[in-house]
Amino acid sequence: MHEMSVALAVVDQVEQAARSRGAVGVESVSLDVGELAGVVPDALAFCFELACAGTVLEGAELFTRSVPGTARCGTCADVWDVGMPPQLICPACGNAAADLVSGRELRISEVRWADVEAEADAAHVRIREPIPQES
Amino acid sequence: MCRVVDLQQAVLAKNEAAAQILRTELTTRGTTVVNLLSSPGSGKTALLERELLLARERGVPAAALTADLATENDAERLARSGVPVKQILTDGLCHLEADMLARHLHNWLPEDTRLLFVENVGNLVCPASYDLGESLRVVLASVTEGEDKPLKYPTAFGLAHLVVVTKTDMAEPAAFDEAVFRTNVQQVNPGVEVVLTSVRSGEGAGCLLDRALSAAEGSAVHAPVMAQARA
Ligand SMILES: Nc1nc2c(ncn2[C@@H]2O[C@H](COP(=O)(O)OP(=O)(O)O)[C@@H](O)[C@H]2O)c(=O)[nH]1
Ligand SMILES: [Mg+2]
Ligand SMILES: [Zn+2]
Ligand SMILES: [Zn+2]
Repeated sequence: MHEMSVALAVVDQVEQAARSRGAVGVESVSLDVGELAGVVPDALAFCFELACAGTVLEGAELFTRSVPGTARCGTCADVWDVGMPPQLICPACGNAAADLVSGRELRISEVRWADVEAEADAAHVRIREPIPQES
Repeated sequence: MCRVVDLQQAVLAKNEAAAQILRTELTTRGTTVVNLLSSPGSGKTALLERELLLARERGVPAAALTADLATENDAERLARSGVPVKQILTDGLCHLEADMLARHLHNWLPEDTRLLFVENVGNLVCPASYDLGESLRVVLASVTEGEDKPLKYPTAFGLAHLVVVTKTDMAEPAAFDEAVFRTNVQQVNPGVEVVLTSVRSGEGAGCLLDRALSAAEGSAVHAPVMAQARA
């Protein structure tokens, strides 16, 4: 199942961050899941629990926030909710959307560590997201 | 007391990075990857059989990799074209990932390969989320699958560089409404090209090969709106 790969990728990334900051546990992980990301939140929650077993994330809660798809027209600058199935033709002028403003994200938005030892601010992990390349 | 840390990180970042590395590595050595996605039975293998034969006739060095949950039947079918073919058995995994592909290419892909066709696992859900380092992503649907297929699988069709309709020889009995299908494709992927094919009637013979070659020569491929995500 696809959601298992996604859950494993989340666990892998949080584990790495945990190692680098010496975290002993994880309270919760929050994910932004775009409507067009192709992930079913319920299936993901199920897989997440399995994927956490035996790792520093054992017992961590998963919060998913669904992000609606919105598109922007390059011609008239209209911005609209694309809905599902998505409508990527501008409802105002009939031209193709220039881009999706939101809806394809599949991103860890927040991790709550269970460690008590507060570290210096330098411990903040912020990893820049690569721009999805499709060309 | 717990501390909150912003770990703003794309979940599939690792695959995307691996795909980018593979794309650069392959295009540098002159190999262009074509990723074929569809539901099981849409006709990926049948279309590839025909296009590989044509590639061979025209002297285009091609190779093919075919992924299935089980059985090597597709590889056997494709190998009849005479081009190098490899089967990937995913052992239940429902999609290919870039690092899996890279592992399979290692020590196998002939140096002079111009076009590498990858038949993804028959599934329109998750393969759409995994970039394999392809330069051309092709999504297929047969005339018997219904005109609303693009609306049911918007992410797959929305990220396609080319949409191929297969089995058009059966369009009449299936009462396939081409205009409705095209409208639905345009809704989720404005501007993408839709080509009609049949391995029975010969319609669209060579279209996949031609589009792949033109991508290999550096012609701009379609840029799907969905891929222009600022997420
Ligand atoms: N009538 C007709 N049948 C086709 C055509 N292409 C494929 N098929 C049949 O559809 C079935 C599935 O094709 P296959 O290539 O194995 O699909 P795949 O699962 O996408 O690789 C086979 O029985 C093929 O013979 C076509 O153009 N016309
Ligand atoms: Mg096949
Ligand atoms: Zn999958
Ligand atoms: Zn507009």
